[in-house]
Amino acid sequence: MTSLTALCTLGVISILILILGYISYQGITSLSWQFLVETPKPVGEGGGIGNAIVGSLILLGLASLVGIPLGIAIGTYLAELGSGWFGTIVRFVADSLIGVPSIVFGVFVYALIVLQQGYFSTLAGSVALALIMIPIVTRTTEEIVKLVPKSMREGALALGAPEWRVTWDIVLPAAKTGIATGAMLAIARVLGETAPLLFTAFGSRFYNIYLDEPMASMPVQIYNYAISPFEEWHAKAWAATLVLITLILLINISVRYSTRKGY
Amino acid sequence: MDNTGRQDGQPLEDASPRNSRRRFSSSDKIYRFLLTACAALIIVVVLAMIAVIGQGSWLSIKEFGFGFLFGQTWDPIKGEFGALPFIYGTVVSSVIAVVIAAPLSIGVAVFLVEQAPRSLARPIAFLVEMLAAIPSVVYGLWAIFVLAPFLRQVVFPPLQASLGWLPFFKGTPTGIGMFTGGLILAIMITPIITAVVRDILEAVPVTQREAALALGATKWETSRIVLANAASGIAGAVILGLGRAIGETMAVTMIIGNRPQISASLFDPAYTIASVIANEFTEATGDLYLSALVEMGLILFVVTFIVTALAKLLILSVGRKTQHTA
Amino acid sequence: MLSGRTKFALSFLCLVLLINPSCFSGRRGKGDAIKIQGAGSTFINPLMQKWVSEYGNLYSNVRIDYQSIGSGGGIKQIKERTIQFGASDAPMSDADLKSAPGEIIHIPVILGAVVLTYNLEGVDRPLRFSPDTIADIFLGKITRWDDERLLADNPGTSLPSEPLTVVHRSDGSGTSAIFTNYLSKTSPEWKEKVGEGTSPSFPVGLGGKGNEGVTGQVKQTPNTIGYVELAYALKNKMPVAEIKNRSGNYIVPGFATVTNAAAETINETPEHLRVSITDAAGENAYPISSYVYVLIYKDQPDEVVGQTLVDFLTWGINDGQRFGESLYYSPLPQEMVKRASAKIALISHDGRSLRTQ
Repeated sequence: MTSLTALCTLGVISILILILGYISYQGITSLSWQFLVETPKPVGEGGGIGNAIVGSLILLGLASLVGIPLGIAIGTYLAELGSGWFGTIVRFVADSLIGVPSIVFGVFVYALIVLQQGYFSTLAGSVALALIMIPIVTRTTEEIVKLVPKSMREGALALGAPEWRVTWDIVLPAAKTGIATGAMLAIARVLGETAPLLFTAFGSRFYNIYLDEPMASMPVQIYNYAISPFEEWHAKAWAATLVLITLILLINISVRYSTRKGY
Repeated sequence: MDNTGRQDGQPLEDASPRNSRRRFSSSDKIYRFLLTACAALIIVVVLAMIAVIGQGSWLSIKEFGFGFLFGQTWDPIKGEFGALPFIYGTVVSSVIAVVIAAPLSIGVAVFLVEQAPRSLARPIAFLVEMLAAIPSVVYGLWAIFVLAPFLRQVVFPPLQASLGWLPFFKGTPTGIGMFTGGLILAIMITPIITAVVRDILEAVPVTQREAALALGATKWETSRIVLANAASGIAGAVILGLGRAIGETMAVTMIIGNRPQISASLFDPAYTIASVIANEFTEATGDLYLSALVEMGLILFVVTFIVTALAKLLILSVGRKTQHTA
Repeated sequence: MLSGRTKFALSFLCLVLLINPSCFSGRRGKGDAIKIQGAGSTFINPLMQKWVSEYGNLYSNVRIDYQSIGSGGGIKQIKERTIQFGASDAPMSDADLKSAPGEIIHIPVILGAVVLTYNLEGVDRPLRFSPDTIADIFLGKITRWDDERLLADNPGTSLPSEPLTVVHRSDGSGTSAIFTNYLSKTSPEWKEKVGEGTSPSFPVGLGGKGNEGVTGQVKQTPNTIGYVELAYALKNKMPVAEIKNRSGNYIVPGFATVTNAAAETINETPEHLRVSITDAAGENAYPISSYVYVLIYKDQPDEVVGQTLVDFLTWGINDGQRFGESLYYSPLPQEMVKRASAKIALISHDGRSLRTQ
């Protein structure tokens, strides 16, 4: 049996190596310090993804600010209080939202925020991303919180702790690596999404930081480079992908480090 | 199992009988209220989305009625729209993806948690999670330039030679089509399912494993018991993956051929709902056209709900079986 | 004592409350930079990026952003007034113009060509196609490369006996609109069966996403043929077909032949400049050519933005034309530059033309 599962793992890892290898091979020549810091320039003039990196981080930061806590809250609700009819509905809805293509969220936020305000904005982009993150975080949080041994809970309750304390001080810390996984999956997902940003944060070739202006982002920039006819831009798309993956890796490492079990 | 008769994995409320519960303190009431409010928020958002989408599809619903679900033509120039080929494409490609990815991912997760040495497990788990970090667009590009030619030259010909009498393997294999679409989806959802199943398996209390080992079970038998315990969580992970597969747009639309047709052959091109929305939404001018696309979004919502419900029912029945054997 | 978690949560809450859009506004009175948003055609994107960058080098306080979301996207967003100018390969329809909140002017700024590209082993010269053959291929009536119609178009060339696979666009696109417009003009059967538009329902073939999707599929899959914008075929070193035009000559798509197509059709171009120049009747005209239009409101609500747009567009159709060639766009014929200029002069604020030059 071990050999079968080992084979599965080998298979998956080799696919990863194939894909990463291809990306690296295509993009490594375009990586440079300028690439990381400069803004996009016309064909033949070089340029880079500096503003896209900053933009993605800002969008991600804002989206996570709202999306992750809300997702954890809903997941906790489902795990602790969600056995009734209302919980079933919420669980069902959260599950189904994961299957909604991101473009639908983008269009929804476009209709709700962009059209009302009359301009594309970072705020709209963040809201769209947050909506995508919430169901993912909710689902993983619920599964993990449910698996926290009830003995831990009951011990605390027996000592007279109120419910919220039990959750806050006992259950969540016990579940934190699982919750971190959910958060990481959500972050990885939204950092790579193009469609929801096209109609909300729009995109820009400048460095922006304001919430009511359009914002560049890495997936949109990768998309723009990839759909062009120019080899030079294709290479930049691959290089930008490498940067994106590295970024996610770094976030992954820091989240894992700060939620490691037991200090 | 202990004497409260409750298994781990079930919500807290089932724990103790009401009359022996201590009174709810006011902080508890606030706590419960806040959590419920958050949960209600997601319902509000979904209702708002359905309202916006419903309103957008109204024109198309009025025009085509139920026939929309069974229509097989998609012709924006002539104004004829039907959703059946897209529903077919979405369901089939997602099923292919899950059929390939679920066993693979569970296998990887079991390997990482139960069998691999700690030092090996950490870096490998990390690597698998990196698959989730690759943007959709890049998957699509890799599929066109690497996967499709590989399938066309190396995998499909022997498949067609040996199984070509089945309707699933007829037609001209170009590498672009339903099977390739399902395969790239499988690769994309594997890290998700693996990551969650890994966490689930690790969260199964060590007491379960120890009890099994104490009774003389082998390593593999212990693993089976752990898996049985974690079954519903694993199912949840698979549903997560399924959801992702249904809604995935970019990678699929670059490799599935985008031909609205219903064909048994896995080599033939197909079209999914998410792809057609992504392909045509930005360019759609004309109210009926736009409305038909929005109605596709509505249908996607409904398809997702139905598929999720079916998956849950499946889990429930499997869950009942394992409860009897546990 | 507050646990680490609680401290974290509290500071987090403060952060959420502090991030208030009104505290961080880039739109209201931020220095004297003039910020303009444009969007639309993916085809013109490389050139537009060059233009906004060059113009920004000339006038450092002008910041123009252009996003390629597709011609239809450009039309939609300009109608919603979320952008200040749009760009589209195909002109807006009468219905679209009527439903816009104000009068929109079309200004042709550059020319492009849709070409046929293919993947065929053992053929060393560019293949030739007549309009009827092209229609038959895309209608699904020609299914093998050694079909007699193809052989008739290419006497002396031996074509392999392989199945022929069509690749077309699956997403809505101006390129498809131009191509199907050409087919509708040259083939009554096509016009009746399929028609023209941004999202035609092709009778046969694989659908690729975007110009690059079609290019990629044709490049990777043997025995395929597809239609793409000129730059994509050339940049990917793929063969480009010679197409028989109305005068009976087989034309290679290129700067001279595309501009020629525009020049030959100037006289039939209506006042509002929305015109299709496919199937042009010139000796040397490439039959599948098209303008790319900038869409802009005639009445500009903001004087500074309007002025900048007028100056930018004027620069574009004059000085900007020279940047087109290295990116495989064809320049406007002189006569059209004059007419486009006259159109730009109509852009006004409060009734007063914004034209300074």
